[in-house]
Amino acid sequence: MFAQSVGLENTVSSDALKRAANHSDSLAHVNAAGWGRGLFTLVRITHMTLRHPWQTTFAIGATLIAASLQLMIPQLLGHAVDQTQTAMAGGAAGKIAETALLMTALILLAVSILRGLFTMIQNYYSEAVGHHMGYELRLACYEKIQQLSFSFHDSVHSGDLITIGMLDLEGVRMYFSTALVRTILLTMLIGLGAYMLLSTDLVLGLVALSFVPFVAWRSSVTQLRLRATWLELQERLSVLTRVMEENLSGIRVVRAFASQTYELLKFDKASHSALELAHKRVGIRVTNTSAMTLSFFAAMGLVLWVGGSKVIAGEITVGTLTSFLTFMTILQMPVRQLGLMVNSYARASTCGTRLFALLDLDIAVKDAPDAKDLKISEGLLRFEDVGFAYPQVAGRPVLQHLSFEARRGETIGIVGPPGSGKSTIAHLIPRFYDVTNGRITIDGQDIRDATLRSLRQAVAVVQQDAFLFTTTIENNIAYGDPWAKEPRIERASESAQLHNYVLGLPMGYDTVVGERGVSLSGGQRQRLSIARTLMLRPAVMVFDDSTAAIDAGTEQRIRIAMRRYAKDRVTIVIAHRLSSLMHADQILFVEDGQIVERGTHENLLAAGGRYRALYDLQVRPGDTVPVAVKKDVQA
Amino acid sequence: MTEEIETERNDVREDGRRPPRAVVGSHRIEEEMFGKVFDGNIVGRIWTFVRPYKAQMLIAVFAVLTFTATQLMIPLIIRYAIDHGIATDGANNAVLLHSIIAFAIAILINFAASYVQETIVGRVAEDVLFDIRRAMFSHLQRVSLSFMDKTEVGRLMSRLQGDVNSMQEFLETSVLSVGDITLLFGIVGVMLYLDFRLGLMTLAVLPVLFIVRIYWLPRARVAFVAAHETNSVTNGALAEAIHGVRAVQSMDRQSINFTLYDDKAHANLKAHLTAAKYAQVMVPIVDSLTGVAMALVIVVGGSRVLNQELDVGVMVAFLFYIQRFFDPIRSLTLQYSVMQRAMASGQRLTEVLDVPVDITDAPNARSLTADMDGSVEFRDVVFGYDPKHPVLKNISFKVKPGETVALVGPTGSGKSSAMALVHRFYDTQHGQVLVGGHDVRELTQDSLGQQIAMVLQEPFLFTGSVFENIRYHKSEATFEDVVEAAKAVGAHDFIMTLSEGYDTELGERGGNLSLGQRQLISFARALVADAKILVLDEATANIDSYTEMLIQKALVKLLENRTGLVIAHRLATIREADRIIVLQNGQLIEMGNHDQLMANGKLYAKLYNLNYSSFDDIPDQELQAATPGESHT
Repeated sequence: MFAQSVGLENTVSSDALKRAANHSDSLAHVNAAGWGRGLFTLVRITHMTLRHPWQTTFAIGATLIAASLQLMIPQLLGHAVDQTQTAMAGGAAGKIAETALLMTALILLAVSILRGLFTMIQNYYSEAVGHHMGYELRLACYEKIQQLSFSFHDSVHSGDLITIGMLDLEGVRMYFSTALVRTILLTMLIGLGAYMLLSTDLVLGLVALSFVPFVAWRSSVTQLRLRATWLELQERLSVLTRVMEENLSGIRVVRAFASQTYELLKFDKASHSALELAHKRVGIRVTNTSAMTLSFFAAMGLVLWVGGSKVIAGEITVGTLTSFLTFMTILQMPVRQLGLMVNSYARASTCGTRLFALLDLDIAVKDAPDAKDLKISEGLLRFEDVGFAYPQVAGRPVLQHLSFEARRGETIGIVGPPGSGKSTIAHLIPRFYDVTNGRITIDGQDIRDATLRSLRQAVAVVQQDAFLFTTTIENNIAYGDPWAKEPRIERASESAQLHNYVLGLPMGYDTVVGERGVSLSGGQRQRLSIARTLMLRPAVMVFDDSTAAIDAGTEQRIRIAMRRYAKDRVTIVIAHRLSSLMHADQILFVEDGQIVERGTHENLLAAGGRYRALYDLQVRPGDTVPVAVKKDVQA
Repeated sequence: MTEEIETERNDVREDGRRPPRAVVGSHRIEEEMFGKVFDGNIVGRIWTFVRPYKAQMLIAVFAVLTFTATQLMIPLIIRYAIDHGIATDGANNAVLLHSIIAFAIAILINFAASYVQETIVGRVAEDVLFDIRRAMFSHLQRVSLSFMDKTEVGRLMSRLQGDVNSMQEFLETSVLSVGDITLLFGIVGVMLYLDFRLGLMTLAVLPVLFIVRIYWLPRARVAFVAAHETNSVTNGALAEAIHGVRAVQSMDRQSINFTLYDDKAHANLKAHLTAAKYAQVMVPIVDSLTGVAMALVIVVGGSRVLNQELDVGVMVAFLFYIQRFFDPIRSLTLQYSVMQRAMASGQRLTEVLDVPVDITDAPNARSLTADMDGSVEFRDVVFGYDPKHPVLKNISFKVKPGETVALVGPTGSGKSSAMALVHRFYDTQHGQVLVGGHDVRELTQDSLGQQIAMVLQEPFLFTGSVFENIRYHKSEATFEDVVEAAKAVGAHDFIMTLSEGYDTELGERGGNLSLGQRQLISFARALVADAKILVLDEATANIDSYTEMLIQKALVKLLENRTGLVIAHRLATIREADRIIVLQNGQLIEMGNHDQLMANGKLYAKLYNLNYSSFDDIPDQELQAATPGESHT
């Protein structure tokens, strides 16, 4: 399958392309699109262009005029040649003939200038329509991607979305100028041109046009083949890219296993397969362009022969012959472009189908029609018999019959083996996913009846792996509150034990982090994530295993700093390190999506169940409770 | 504590101001797009890659010249046919026929030449592209790790892709330029030959076009580059929105980001419209100049035909040439930009190719065989990434065959550097590292790598199946070997729960596995490699207790019958070791087993008595209190 990475390469950033190339599957259902759907897509794109009626009109109008003007040029040239032939004498007749020539020349000059101007208008406005459409589609795409819920993003490779948002969008944007306007232009040039040739001289006209069907067919077939091989080539190049990228990222593993030779073999295999296809493409392209040129010149030779004989026989003039020959040079370009046109339709139809499929998607988690802003009074969070299954595996419940409650100022600890559904609990409170059974309420309001905005301002989750935006540390901390003033940012940073580290950086808070900036370690990222969440001042704060990469000492200091905030809100701590949550007011032990034990640390230890077993596993055998933990429990 | 009163979180204030701290995407544009037009050094370097294809390139150039010649011939033949066969008084079918035959020959040669030229140029350009890429890739396999450490992978990838591609473009166009220049001179020459005066008059429009284009090009290019850059910026912002969508939604930044993205997309639209204006403004200029030239031919040439001073065929030929002669000028000015881009890329490529290879096999290097004893010895080793600041100072110790030694010490003590030296990732500044009794510098790197397996702190998995990842480069390992290794390290059970067992394809970097699971797979990989010596950097990240237990068991299995050097963080691992080496600030300060070191009462005992389950968990203050600083040593 090679249907993603489509399109004209040059205008897309190389970064994006690289990432796009790294993934190989896509919105699979969309690729199965049939003919009818493709056609529907084209109609829909065409309809979109009508949102810019004036520019569209200008573009099409200018195309019609420019094409007509272009067709006048061969006739004028033929006319001029004839004018030199008719009056072969000097004197008065000669003067008249010279005046006539001057007139022809001036008309030709005017036609040329006008043709240039109208071509300019045609090209500019058809590009403008495309760019305006591109702009609208970009915004639509961006908005959609931002709104689509977690379950959608779970099911789709980010690389595929990038392909749609960049390459497919490009394919649709180009549709107006490379498919629609070009169709009008080519129909005009070829149709009108053929009519003029045939009406001037049927036989010579047929001879002159003899190359058209062949070239039109060849060029369409070839373009479609080139497109197919191009997609295949992208696929092979993406394998090569992956081999290189993984090699470079994992260079230590490569060196450690002394596997350079093996890696070079891998590289050569991927490289050869791509090179082979690249060579094949050169072959397809060259065979075809050479054949097209040959057939064109052959027709020209025939025109010269047949036409020459006709001139000798006195049937036509030298001027007519000249205009035929010039016509042919004018027709050559549009006939060759027929293939590009066909290609543009094919591209717009597949790209458009994928793009619209994305834009038309339903958003799973959205505001109810009568949603109201969440009102926080007591700050009481309740899970009432909550059950949940991921939509992809609907039959397998991840959580079942979960009930608990927490009030402002309380801390709930959630612990359990990997895959028990702990993190899912964190994702249900801000409605990253909707519960499948039961309900979650905050101060008595079902969270599904609240506006998403108000809910997410009230509930904040500190994620396991903090995403860093490519901007300064300061802006990253203030991500959820971009109007924030510096002192608040620094306070949040201090509480998250990040402040000292940041001050140690040469650029301090102005250090750019993220993909193109300084990279932070897992623990630093988690601390940034905590600081970021503190900025939001939520009523419910959930730590989703968000201190795993932070050492116990620092974590303890964070915990102490957190107490200041904890009294105003519900805190939920999900962790597998017991020292992270043993101070909680209530600890839930989750297994297979159900709460199997609950109570305080002391109760659970005394009960001697699963929690106790986990505790024993974590504490050094033979040792008593670690000092760090003891301090914390006493505090 | 007073918190300053701030407005509610609203997206864009009424006055239209954007939030001061909000940005989407990165504004940074990576690198220069254009370099000098010509740089002899770089062309020389590129030439070394083209040289293997010298014969083919010669044929291509010859074909281009032939092709151009036939292009020039065709209007001349038409002219001959008209003047001598058609438009003469004694109309002559024989001459016409001869002309047609000449025409047929010309177009056949034209066909053959264009076929040969385009095929060769197209293929050689691809070949050279792949050759350059391979040269760079294989060079990167040998350059020092310190270079790799400080160079972003993304940056190298854009060398291996973008820059290499612009080399290909450059090669293709440079052959075409030869054709364009010949065509231009050919047309000028033929026109002057056919009729000198008329030729000069028509050619007078050429300088005008040149001047216009020289004036236009730099301005247009600014517009084109701006359009290109706003594209990357907008696409970068989109990519960020996709990758960070969970963070965006959880912090409710959608509408602010949308506004900011709109700003960018709109700037992109504007830039593209400007670029389109620049691109299109040349169209009427070229068309007008063509019109002027043709009008001149008609008025001046026509009246001379009238006066029978000029053959009508010459006039027709002129009209044909005029329609052609703007093409080479247009493509030549385009090629100018390609050249500049290629020089900038070439510069970057040579920088990569010129990164020195620090570590090479000695000329008489020996192969380390599997029957070596498996001992490791450091003799008075001094090493620093920067020789002025050694990270290891006069380290000496010996690890006996089959012994497990734990390296312990605070962050920055030099543990990882010491491990890297065993593998000869770097060379020491002083002293010797011996493996199996041989100085590592006297051994081939390949054989050394075969006998030392390494497990890194961050397990790195490749795209491919679980099976391929465990087997890795040991292609002779059978499926049974792999399963056995997986069973030994306790990875078999979870592998079998994956959808397709050992054939399950791993996501990017093993994304569908947990950290602990990836660790176990990397253990299995090391076990399959079956080396005498195992170097292991224990993971520091907190792994859940269940997997942790598996890992501890696997570790025992892995170290069975092998010499083990473990950078240990967990006390459980450390206590199991036969011997513990304590490093601090690059110096070996203690050595012995757990009981001995406890009795010693020095750093190890102090750290241990702090009672943390892992040495990495010790808070900085306590660590500082327990460890004598630089001044004491």
